[in-house]
Amino acid sequence: MTDRSTEIVKFDNVGLRYGTDPEVLSDLSFTLFPGSFYFLTGASGAGKTSLLKLLYLAQRPSRGSIRMFGKDMITLPRTRLPDFRRRLGVVFQNFRLVPHLSAFDNVALPLRLSGTGEAKVLKAVSDMLEWVGLSHRAQAIPATMSGGEQQRVAIARAVIARPQMLIADEPTGNVDPEMALKLLRLFEALNNRVGTTVIVATHDVHLLKKVPDSLIMRLQKGRLSDPTGALRYPPQPSVKPSVSKKDGD
Amino acid sequence: MSESSNEKAASAPAMKGSTTARLLPQTRFGGPIPWVIAILIALVIIAAAGGLSLRNLADNARADLSDAVTVQIIEADARARSVQADAAASALADHPLVTSVRIVPEAELSALLEPWLGSSAASEDVPIPALIDVELTRRASASEIAQLQSALDGALAELGTSARVDAQSAWLKPVYDALSAMQYLALALIALVAFATAAAVWLAARSAFSNHADTVEIIHLLGGTDAQVTRIFQRSVLRDAAFGAIVGLVLGLSAVWILGQQFAALDSGMIAGGGLGLVDWLIIGAIPLAGVLLALITGRITIGFALRSML
Repeated sequence: MTDRSTEIVKFDNVGLRYGTDPEVLSDLSFTLFPGSFYFLTGASGAGKTSLLKLLYLAQRPSRGSIRMFGKDMITLPRTRLPDFRRRLGVVFQNFRLVPHLSAFDNVALPLRLSGTGEAKVLKAVSDMLEWVGLSHRAQAIPATMSGGEQQRVAIARAVIARPQMLIADEPTGNVDPEMALKLLRLFEALNNRVGTTVIVATHDVHLLKKVPDSLIMRLQKGRLSDPTGALRYPPQPSVKPSVSKKDGD
Repeated sequence: MSESSNEKAASAPAMKGSTTARLLPQTRFGGPIPWVIAILIALVIIAAAGGLSLRNLADNARADLSDAVTVQIIEADARARSVQADAAASALADHPLVTSVRIVPEAELSALLEPWLGSSAASEDVPIPALIDVELTRRASASEIAQLQSALDGALAELGTSARVDAQSAWLKPVYDALSAMQYLALALIALVAFATAAAVWLAARSAFSNHADTVEIIHLLGGTDAQVTRIFQRSVLRDAAFGAIVGLVLGLSAVWILGQQFAALDSGMIAGGGLGLVDWLIIGAIPLAGVLLALITGRITIGFALRSML
């Protein structure tokens, strides 16, 4: 289990603009702690995906400072980014599966990139595909899979390496309620048993109620709403998330 | 996941080759690049074989002629010419630079000139200079040739005549120069074709990178390193270049063999001097390997630059 007393992410006055356009994210200052479960909510265009891109190191901010895992991500050389990306699991909004790879190979990708032996890969990926109900589709390529199946592959790929932080952009948007709940339970299990910090961006307000100990981050026009102060002044481990829970309800 | 396991992952070994190969879709030599490489390598092999052949031809000619001089005695009277030739040969034989002296028999001279002068070459009507073939211990410098001329002049002075020493390499210099120019031309052609090969691989690598930019970004976001991405593309470049090299080698060797047969049919002593030796064939055999290496280096540099534009 990760030490919860040490911040895993710290944003300080972060702003992001694309080219010369106005800022899509402004003055974001917050801290995320290991082992917490966060929901990121906001209307379409509020900047959720942009914020997630900063978190999964696909984008550098235009201003401000970002520290992750105790390191300054602004000055970190790009050659060192893979070290940190391997600590993350990401469920992309449009899945971003490698189109010519099978479900099995897509899920195996993070393990293979980190040099895991094939015997371990075979066992871990088979178990994971069974868990998300896709054992029979292991050799299917994404183009032949439904949206829900692709989403489950994307989620399996994100969690297969037991990341320190899981970032999911609308992870239950294409699956039925039963599967959505099952996937959410997987995230919770990672959060509770492995200590993975989970950040789930979602429109689904019903989903927020399913994780009682979750914290809410709400984005409005690129600015973070934190009415309870749970992000700027996070609860101590002993009183974890419950302080700010259900801000969005 | 524990900190230690993360550190282990960060410094983990590379993916296995077969796994790496699967990350990009494998085309089956459908693109033009393997064939372009094949043609370029065939051209390099032909140019190299030509250049090496010219070098051998020039070297053999030099070896035959560079350590020899010809002494020419112009005298209309045959008896006097013979006496002067003997005196000159005697003087030359004592010179330390000379290893052997041979007065070319008049019959041999007549036979040499007969194609141009007809049967009159053997008659006394057309005076033919006396020629002495002189083999030297080594290739003589201009000053040594001058010393030889001086010694000869001293020996013939009492006979009231003189002789002219011709360094054979001197009058063949324009031929050597022409052969050298053709060798440089072959080298320039090889350099240009190598440049064209690099440019073709550069374009192909850029194109492949653009086509698979999304896959590359996914691999990056999942923790893939630049080295891993580069390796994926290098496998592709290696496969295409190896195919092109093998086909190019076969094409090039076929062309060289056919040209060799054509020149051999000329049955000329000079052309025979341009044959290829073992070292030459080893050099030609190394060309496809050099081509593959060039393609790999170009591919690596191209992908490296492309990756630097990504986060």
